[in-house]
Amino acid sequence: MKLPPFDYACPTTLPEAVRLLAGHDGEAKALAGGQSLVPMLAFRLAQPALLVDLRKLADLRGIRISENGVALGAMVRWREIEDDERLDAAHPLLKAAIAHVAHYQVRNRGTVGGSLAHADPAAEMPGIAMTCDAEIAVVGKSGARVIQAADFFQGALTTALTLDEIIVEVRLPAWPARRRWGFEEFARRRGDFAMAAAAVFYDESEDGKARNAHVGVIGVADRPLRLPSVEDVLNERTIDEATIADAETAASAAVDPQDDIHASAAYRRALVGTMVERALKRAAA
Amino acid sequence: MTEQGDRRSPVSVRFRVNGREVDVDVEPRLTLADCLRHHLRLTGTHVGCEHGVCGACTILLDGAAVRSCLMLAVQAEGAEVVTVEGLSNDADLTPLQKSFRKHHALQCGFCTPGMITTAHALLSEEPDCDAARVREVLSGNLCRCTGYIPIVEAVLEARAAYRPKTQAGDRGGDRA
Repeated sequence: MKLPPFDYACPTTLPEAVRLLAGHDGEAKALAGGQSLVPMLAFRLAQPALLVDLRKLADLRGIRISENGVALGAMVRWREIEDDERLDAAHPLLKAAIAHVAHYQVRNRGTVGGSLAHADPAAEMPGIAMTCDAEIAVVGKSGARVIQAADFFQGALTTALTLDEIIVEVRLPAWPARRRWGFEEFARRRGDFAMAAAAVFYDESEDGKARNAHVGVIGVADRPLRLPSVEDVLNERTIDEATIADAETAASAAVDPQDDIHASAAYRRALVGTMVERALKRAAA
Repeated sequence: MTEQGDRRSPVSVRFRVNGREVDVDVEPRLTLADCLRHHLRLTGTHVGCEHGVCGACTILLDGAAVRSCLMLAVQAEGAEVVTVEGLSNDADLTPLQKSFRKHHALQCGFCTPGMITTAHALLSEEPDCDAARVREVLSGNLCRCTGYIPIVEAVLEARAAYRPKTQAGDRGGDRA
């Protein structure tokens, strides 16, 4: 469908963008890559009075890598992550997950901040943010604040952002060189939304036991989830076939998906176990 | 750019299309796809689903393949846009077009502009891509006639035209 009418502004500074959002009583929306928002407009799921285009805000650009980790500017596009060879070492899990985001043309436009703010329950970037204890830096009319990923995602398409806040960047903690990790996703077509996916990582102690296990899943709830019960299965154990089988069982037991047109709840519960199993096998290989 | 208009006030936008500078007055809500078709009469860009699923409206924006139905015309300010019209010439079919004809890579033709623009972007960046990569990239473009196999074959054969010219007689692709 044709888009509903709206006004358009393209500010050149972040304070100006915040002022525009704050000045419209919640009737203004930020436009990043537009790959989720424009379909939302076409479907009349969003009908803002004003779109505030973020494309000229230099503060939202760039991938910064330091000893503190990886900071992705909100306007970083999937293609930039795909093409950034530094991330092969600096955050291989991020890179593997982002390889599953959408199709070729959408990857040239879609952004990190747009995906986080849209908060689709099956989207990869929110899943990585949850799995990796990311911090999401935002700015609004009352100033800047940092939101933990665990507090940020509050339900399907629902976040902790207030109506005048803009995501500036997402910060992923530093990635140790020897960390073990895996990412597995199942979708009917590569690039479509995940029916389920699992991101896992752990560090190995000198006696070969898993420490600091993190297990996150997408596509099986109204938001991305961490699965602490699966992490408990993994921590202080050797990641062998028996441990992986226990983790698979625990993952299926930990989620409570709903039936929908794509799959039954039972199918998704089984699938998420399989994704965790495969991701762990990849991590341990 | 309007800030407090009546939501339908036209906005002036300048960008380049197929090497030509254009200046159009558009409502902010107008997609780039509709701007190209209705304001600039470049009807080679097809609009299928209007919500970013079918890929028929794919164009090149500063060299990258994007869906013109998921972009506002006002966002194209200052950009370099190439449509399927810009990937042809009046003299002859381009190597990519010839390959599509040879392999029967179209039937009704509705998806073809998106296939050509997407394949052109891919081959310009990755002239040595394999069949799996071609399939992955074209998975964002729906075709209901061909079953895709002839399209993949056509794109694979056109790779040679995008490689750097190494021998006399190996004419590279002029534009497409």
